[in-house]
Amino acid sequence: MSAAVSEQKDDQAAGRMAKALRESAFAGLVTAGLSFPILALRAEPDIRNQLQLQPRWSWLVTAVLLVASARFLALMLDTVRARALAAAGLLLCAFGFGSAWFSPLATASLIGGTILAGLICIGAGFFVDRSHIRKSGPGLLARFAASPAGQTLTSSGAWVGIGMLVAFPLVMLGWLGPAGSLKWINNYGVQILIFVMLGWGLNIVVGLAGLLDLGYVAFYAVGAYSYALLATTFGLSFWICLPLAGILAAFWGIMLGFPVLRLRGDYLALVTLAFGEIIYLVLINWVDLTNGEAGISSIPRVTFFGVTFYDEKGGFSDLFGLPYSPIYRTIFLFYLILFLALLTNFATLRLRRLPIGRAWEALREDEIACRSLGINTVNTKLTAFALGAMFGGFAGSFFAVRQGFVSPNSFTFIESATILSIVVLGGMGSQIGVALAAVVMIGGTELLRELDFLKQLFGQGFDPTQYRMLIFGLAMVVMMIFRPRGFISTRSPSIFLKERKAVSSEFVGQGSG
Amino acid sequence: MENFLQQLINGVTLGSIYGLIAIGYTMVYGIIGMINFAHGDVFMVSAFIAMLLFLAVTAFLGVSSLFLAFFIILIAGMILTSLWSWTIERIAYRPLRGSFRLAPLISAIGMSIFLANFVQVVQGPRNKPLPPMFNQVIQLTSGGEFDVTLAYKQIVIVAVTVVLLAVFWFVVQKTPLGRAQRACEQDRKMAALLGINVDRTISITFIIGAALASVAGVLYLVNYGVVSFSDGFIPGVKAFTAAVLGGIGSIPGAVLGGLLIGLVEVLWSAYVSSDYKNVAAFSILIIALIFMPSGLLGKPEIEKV
Repeated sequence: MSAAVSEQKDDQAAGRMAKALRESAFAGLVTAGLSFPILALRAEPDIRNQLQLQPRWSWLVTAVLLVASARFLALMLDTVRARALAAAGLLLCAFGFGSAWFSPLATASLIGGTILAGLICIGAGFFVDRSHIRKSGPGLLARFAASPAGQTLTSSGAWVGIGMLVAFPLVMLGWLGPAGSLKWINNYGVQILIFVMLGWGLNIVVGLAGLLDLGYVAFYAVGAYSYALLATTFGLSFWICLPLAGILAAFWGIMLGFPVLRLRGDYLALVTLAFGEIIYLVLINWVDLTNGEAGISSIPRVTFFGVTFYDEKGGFSDLFGLPYSPIYRTIFLFYLILFLALLTNFATLRLRRLPIGRAWEALREDEIACRSLGINTVNTKLTAFALGAMFGGFAGSFFAVRQGFVSPNSFTFIESATILSIVVLGGMGSQIGVALAAVVMIGGTELLRELDFLKQLFGQGFDPTQYRMLIFGLAMVVMMIFRPRGFISTRSPSIFLKERKAVSSEFVGQGSG
Repeated sequence: MENFLQQLINGVTLGSIYGLIAIGYTMVYGIIGMINFAHGDVFMVSAFIAMLLFLAVTAFLGVSSLFLAFFIILIAGMILTSLWSWTIERIAYRPLRGSFRLAPLISAIGMSIFLANFVQVVQGPRNKPLPPMFNQVIQLTSGGEFDVTLAYKQIVIVAVTVVLLAVFWFVVQKTPLGRAQRACEQDRKMAALLGINVDRTISITFIIGAALASVAGVLYLVNYGVVSFSDGFIPGVKAFTAAVLGGIGSIPGAVLGGLLIGLVEVLWSAYVSSDYKNVAAFSILIIALIFMPSGLLGKPEIEKV
């Protein structure tokens, strides 16, 4: 009896192994087809501008082996934990072999150690898989949020978060000094906050009103060029231009909104995309106004309410008796964008309680029902476009005052796709989710710049930053497969009976527009 | 007059290429109701595959006949590009079937960004120029203000397009495969109940679309003689415009739309402004979507409660 059972088990295991081997061989074959010729051959123009082929069969072999073994491990392991371990091990192995192949610096012990560590990881994956029975239940984050500590954190979380953000530049300054902290405040703090603000602005259009907008960057561009042109031609200050840029962007939002009132779904997405591209092409080609691809430079930089940040008499550092450093401007910019982003958030949260905000959400849930109940859908859609565009315009004029230079290349379709993916990954309509997604997506791509040490290992030709958009695109696909509803899977309704309860985002409509 | 005739010839050539890409958009939209945003980049990948195969065939294998080389890269390119499209559908779109409305669109945009950057990383950011192919010309008129010419490559492009479309038309109209495809387009659930393997049919739709896009990639390479990693986006959007203009879901409409977009682009750059030729194409997209959402040959969509 027991012998028969164990025999059956052995049969099952053997069958599974055979199936995994078959599948992984198939995956390897497909990879070979995909990699030939685009990976295996590289064409580079020589001095006479004639293409020369360089074969790189090792790349093809590496790709095939990686994909085949990944497929094999995925089929043999059941739990997520084991798969993650195995994936890490596979990466370590690939890293070891790669450094053996390319790096002049790698020593035998380093290579051997890495590969050994990788193999141990994979083995540990199998061990974890056997000892762990699959459990279904709430994930780690959800369990944490349900615990008492999590609940106090989420209820007061907004204030804690804001406090941490306010303290961030000062802590950085105290810790790393003016020269060391500049990069962190600028590349991480300011850059991420710009995208948080853009995400919150687009969230009004996509998350609340359910209107899919693929050309949001156009309003960002309108804001940036408004400030650049008004400041360079008329010498207006930033604080006058900021509301003007917002008004102009909102005007363009209505200009886009009017013709697309009747459109829904993918068609709306396409029209907004075309609108964004037209703005971009006009910026490139209307050289008299925008100076074309060269862009507008020497835009007046931000001032501390009239006090400049330059190294001069009456400048910020002179006035306050501090040694001159560019860090003060960056810190001021940080607080400025923090203020603007929080303003966007505050406005959105308040608007959701007004009749217009409720009309947006009703429009997202069901447009026909909305119209039948007497809601003016024209005004509802136009206000959503206009307000979303206005915050985009604010962010744009901040961008111009931060860079001191604008060119059309900052306003391509990729930017629109980035903002939209931040909104979707955050979970549409969730304010905190959008902020989280911006931190992950923008912070993650910025982190790749920190991987410069890989250059030492793989030679100077290896540039981690060129993989930025590659990983970004892949991350969009992977996120859609594993978490299509975004990071935050609950929404809190804006109106409720007796008690505010979070509802699953599964119950929230996506809008048809 | 001579100028107009010349532009007409150029426009039909360009329009054939757009029409071939547009069929991929229109078929996929017809069957799963999704804009395959990565289709333009699949086209770009196919142009790279064609470029590399052409170099490999001429330099490594020593094929000296241009027609033989052209034939080889046409067939091999179709197979390899189909494999790309099949894999993309399998990895990025199939797991999302039945997911919420925006998921496939975002996934497709991600795939499009991935493909463009993948090619940039593995093939380098520089333009890839090929020596001109089929560069003889036939002189049609002489003595006027301007000699109208018909280049061999233009004949090749139009001829290949016509032959391919005929084959494709036969497949869709007369074979069991085409019948299954049209059935899934009309009612996917019913088709599944009647024993049609819907997943397989959708895969085949992606494969056919990619094969036609691959032909467009080869012809694009013959026409312009240069390709770069960023060449997928603009032709992709223009081909989508063509599909919308012709009526999305309608295959003859896609070809007609492609020809119209090609003509508009060429005539606009000849008579109005070549800087704004893409603005013209995008404006057509907006105008067509707003005023004529069912296109020239499409069926109007009825909104149900």
